[in-house]
Amino acid sequence: MSVRHALLALLSDGPKYGLQLRQEFEDRTGEVWPLNVGQVYTTLQRLERDGLVESEGDGDEGPQRGFRITTEGAAELATWLRTPPDMTSPPRDELVIKVLVALRLPGVDVRDVVQVHRRYVVELMQQWTRLKDDAADDEVGFLLVVDAELFRLDSVIRWLDAADGRLARLAADPPAPPGPALAPRLRRRQGVRR
Amino acid sequence: MSALELRDVSKVYGEGANEVRALRGVDLSVESGALVAVMGPSGSGKSTLLTIAGSLEVPSGGEVLIDGVAVSAMSRNERARLRRRAIGYVFQDFNLLAGLTAVENVSLPMELDGIGARKARVAGMEALEELGLTDRASSFPEELSGGERQRVAIARAVVGDRHLLLADEPSGALDSANAEAVIRLIRAACQRGVAGVVVTHDAQLASWADRVVFLRDGRVVDQTRPPDGPESLLAPKAKS
Repeated sequence: MSVRHALLALLSDGPKYGLQLRQEFEDRTGEVWPLNVGQVYTTLQRLERDGLVESEGDGDEGPQRGFRITTEGAAELATWLRTPPDMTSPPRDELVIKVLVALRLPGVDVRDVVQVHRRYVVELMQQWTRLKDDAADDEVGFLLVVDAELFRLDSVIRWLDAADGRLARLAADPPAPPGPALAPRLRRRQGVRR
Repeated sequence: MSALELRDVSKVYGEGANEVRALRGVDLSVESGALVAVMGPSGSGKSTLLTIAGSLEVPSGGEVLIDGVAVSAMSRNERARLRRRAIGYVFQDFNLLAGLTAVENVSLPMELDGIGARKARVAGMEALEELGLTDRASSFPEELSGGERQRVAIARAVVGDRHLLLADEPSGALDSANAEAVIRLIRAACQRGVAGVVVTHDAQLASWADRVVFLRDGRVVDQTRPPDGPESLLAPKAKS
């Protein structure tokens, strides 16, 4: 999450103090992403160094120092809004790794491992859903954050279900023992390494 | 006493080489006011569990108790009355009768149960009102949107004095906003004291339940633990 751009956004409707920025940030994200005040000031200093914000007053570091966005800052914010975040590189997802390891480990039922994680994720979703249920309709920022969490966790469940199904099918209909099929696969692997 | 209790329930279809064991020794208990979701892959026995819980099918072994009374000890007529009076069903494809208006669809089960047409209509209107459908009462199913049709189906399932609500993939092909509306209504019915069972493969839907039970190959393999309370998600806030 870009604290830098979140602060620029908060400064777009007028100059503000550091503490005020922290408060508004937490209000708008439904207090799901806490921000400590040190983080706010460090980020403001960097933004000032880069010419994206300027401070009001005499350079005093205290809480009474206000900040305003510069034209460069506004341009940077506009560009950032329309730049898709990097979603291309496959993350080495720890959950995926655990399931892959379980697959190789003798004496471990990989479908049981899948179920342990499935239950945990569903429990987490139950907690988010309770928060959503308690929220008022006009807490838009908060509701959007909760929805994002729920959809993210839902995609994890979908992957676990798909993995479970794949493993069940494999167990019901195991592939033929490696014989002639091994040769072309080996060739292909060697090809990749060249 | 549980509103619904399944004790060591099993179900076998076919025989010999064609034998399919759909349920194997399932125990499940749902209290009044609780919503339980049953999750599992297709073929895990979810729908069979629901039809047996609703006494639409007879188990091969074990016992189903509704409000503490064993269904197997009831006569055919008693079972039929139980289904009309105590149990509401919501299906994926709504199953509304095309030739009847929304309110007629909702009040039909009560009329079938011998309740006078006028009284049944009043109860039907009340159920529709609770789901925000008063102005759609005279519309026929084909004049309703998917979300509205499913709301009518829920109204029909909770009308009168029903205290067990059984839903099979109730969000069906609805979009996420309508699906959420449907599960909120089912949960609201449970908060008024109905015991609910929702069978689904949709984790977002299941996450509205008080308890999620996981079914695999006809067995209950796991269930969620009681929640710690949502505060734990926001715990980092307390540290700052």
